[in-house]
Amino acid sequence: MRGLEKFLRGRFAAAAIAVLIGLLVAAIVLIAAGYDPIASFAALITGAFGRPKYITNVFIKATPILLTGVSVAFAFKTGLFNIGAEGQYILGTVLATIVGVKLNLPMPLQVPVVLLSGIAGGAALGAFVGWLKARFGIHEVITSIMCNWIAFYLCNFVVMSNTFHKPNSQSALPVNPSSYTMILGSWKKSEAGKEFLAGMPWLREVLLKTDLNAGFIIAVLVAVLISWVLTRTKLGYELRAVGFNRDAARFSGISVESNIVLSMLIAGGISGFAGALAITGTSPHTITLLAAMEGYGFNGMSVAFIAGCAPIGCIPASIMFAALIYGGMSVQQALGVPSDIINITIGTIVFFTALPGIAPYFADKIKQRREAKELANGTKAGEA
Amino acid sequence: MEVSSDYAVQMHGIVKRFGAYTALDHVDLDVRKQTVHAILGENGAGKTTLMNILYGLYQADEGDIFMGGEKATITNPTEAIKHGIGMVHQHFMLVENFTVTENIILGDEVCGAVGVLDMRKAREEVMALVDEYGFDVDPDAKIEDITVGMQQRVEILKALYRGAEVLILDEPTAVLTPQEIEKLIEIMHDLIAKGKTIIIITHKLKEIMQSADECSIIRRGVYMGVVDVKNSSETELASKMVGRNVNLTVEKTPAHPGDVMLEIRGLTVKDERGIEQVRELNLDVRAGEIVGIAGIDGNGQQELVDAITNLAHSESGTIKMKGIELTNKTPRNTFEAGVATIPSDRHRWGLVLPFAVSENTVLERHVDTEFGSGITLDYAKLREYTRELIKRFDIRPDGCEDERMSGLSGGNQQKAIIARMVSSEPDLLIAFQPTRGLDVGAIEFVHKTLIAERDRGTAILLISFELDEVMDVSDTIAVIYHGKIVGTFPQGTVDENQLGLLMAGGELK
Repeated sequence: MRGLEKFLRGRFAAAAIAVLIGLLVAAIVLIAAGYDPIASFAALITGAFGRPKYITNVFIKATPILLTGVSVAFAFKTGLFNIGAEGQYILGTVLATIVGVKLNLPMPLQVPVVLLSGIAGGAALGAFVGWLKARFGIHEVITSIMCNWIAFYLCNFVVMSNTFHKPNSQSALPVNPSSYTMILGSWKKSEAGKEFLAGMPWLREVLLKTDLNAGFIIAVLVAVLISWVLTRTKLGYELRAVGFNRDAARFSGISVESNIVLSMLIAGGISGFAGALAITGTSPHTITLLAAMEGYGFNGMSVAFIAGCAPIGCIPASIMFAALIYGGMSVQQALGVPSDIINITIGTIVFFTALPGIAPYFADKIKQRREAKELANGTKAGEA
Repeated sequence: MEVSSDYAVQMHGIVKRFGAYTALDHVDLDVRKQTVHAILGENGAGKTTLMNILYGLYQADEGDIFMGGEKATITNPTEAIKHGIGMVHQHFMLVENFTVTENIILGDEVCGAVGVLDMRKAREEVMALVDEYGFDVDPDAKIEDITVGMQQRVEILKALYRGAEVLILDEPTAVLTPQEIEKLIEIMHDLIAKGKTIIIITHKLKEIMQSADECSIIRRGVYMGVVDVKNSSETELASKMVGRNVNLTVEKTPAHPGDVMLEIRGLTVKDERGIEQVRELNLDVRAGEIVGIAGIDGNGQQELVDAITNLAHSESGTIKMKGIELTNKTPRNTFEAGVATIPSDRHRWGLVLPFAVSENTVLERHVDTEFGSGITLDYAKLREYTRELIKRFDIRPDGCEDERMSGLSGGNQQKAIIARMVSSEPDLLIAFQPTRGLDVGAIEFVHKTLIAERDRGTAILLISFELDEVMDVSDTIAVIYHGKIVGTFPQGTVDENQLGLLMAGGELK
């Protein structure tokens, strides 16, 4: 019981319990709707991890929401609620596309320039929101939501503009191939590559049937870097001090205003980076006409809260989230379960992670029971 | 003690545990009818826990409660109110934009047919109460427009309105001016005469001597006995509370003032509403001298400190530190000029509560290369440095450098701030209400530290609403009234009455 108590006080407990309860609620919903929950969960797991191709796709899906998750988590640790990750992501895709279409440098130059453009786009939008808060005290949630729509319609404007529109399509022109970040992207399509892969079915499937790209590895590095900045640097110390107690930070000579702008700039940059990596790493390598928000930023918020706003925790959280989304599609295909039920599961999990007191509550119960037992044993020993 | 109907409240053998921690260990309390009974103890001794059990907010793990000689079971505040118990909390529970009458009847409204609120009848009832007890309260005034002292009277009326026979007052004087404290003591004696019983929770010895008949003492959750106040002294109460002999008088040698460190000329500061709070103020503080500013809260003390620390904008005038201009610079500039400040509200300005103790000790100095070169912060060094401070300033519990600051007691949080400020070796130390909410033991420590700093040659600016503190600790006493220094005296050349007169805007003949 002591081990269980310790686990419940640990940092993974809240997430684990939330996932369990989420699955439980989903099972109830499935039964109520007349589906077999065991078969559904089996289909979900197979759909997410059943083949090398599926696993690869889960990681590809996890990449943008890992980054937007880190973006939200980082801002949250500094006392800001970055609800604008969605817009920053979109602006990242737009700027990466514009630069990637117009510029055609050698690959070692092109890739960094395109990625940096995306980062700059997100960072600019984030910094604008931060500046409005620092300078005029306008709440970041309100301005972020407005900026999401500005980015959204800007994206559609660019897609349909004469310069960038790809004729007879719903999308803009794709970026130049020198911007691509797929792993072994050109080699795998060459004759030599095809010949080599012919003998290796597993690798062939991973490389040829997916957009396997460097994005996830880069995203993990970003999560580690952000975690390091927050916990090991003077900048992170100041940002957290401002986040926890603005007055005390100001009193001790830390500039609250510049730290708010800086925090939103970094958070926006990370989300913009997610957008840029989506353009360089996955088909169709361009922006398309948006009918509704795609939800990469909003899903990032879910990832961040499942992870308890720890940047490193966003890594497993994003993989799990991507597996639920990607595997969920298979459940729909295999058993005809509506995707809404998958969304209910995801929603329930996020809902329960929003109750941070739940795991410590169980830990307290166990502790009380143990202490009562010890007390009873102790008195008996004393009497004897 | 025997259970008898002579007692309004008796609590016997009360035990309360929070997990492994025993907050109250067989505590007794016997309150005679129609007396003022004080409960004395240091911060965290268990005074408030005991009263929360009486008021039904907590349940005791062991022990019995008797009301007027009859056993009583109180599991929630509603039952406590039925037993005639009323509680006035330290932080008032009033709706700011409601009138006095609305606040008093809130939750116990007078209703006519079909549940319509009968405000006229309610107002009459409140008026009757106000008249009966002779309270100086306007039943139609809004809470936000009346003084803190009046708000407290509204809280007392609220309890009386619900038929309270036993009134619990939790730290009732913490927010009051000297005049309001006097008025409160008057009210308390009046209530006793009208048949009520009062329990006050406090750690202020002087007020116990002035107002209470008996005093029960709790030390770290253990009952230390009951004292007949008439036959006791402040020193006896203090040593019983702390468990050792406490020196209530401040001991110090004469000051040896050096050069002027802080020089303020013609300073005017407006508050957030644009009203001038500091008006053409002049002040000098010399090295090796404690200048104490006496005054009632709200006479410009906050704005004066904010202007020096550059949290507020100065309209006109100059602030110089060692001849260097500090007017309208940044808080960072102030600190770098050698000014360290102990803020009045430690939770708001002084500490980042969710940070570890070690992270809190370098809030100004984290930029120093001592704590990491380049962009990194050397947390190992931070811990080591904090361990030294914990030893030097006796911050408890020992080895708390990795604990969250919010887990420390108020006194130890204040010690942590003082440690942080003193260890930066300032040339000017501003201490704004440095002993607010602290118990005698901690107050003694703060005063000793201030004097030791003075002897080291630091200029000290002490700003306090406790007149006794200013008179005991300062070498020079300056009185502030309406944002101006209206008198400056060397220590010992002025008495409490003269200062009180100046603080209230009067003139010395």
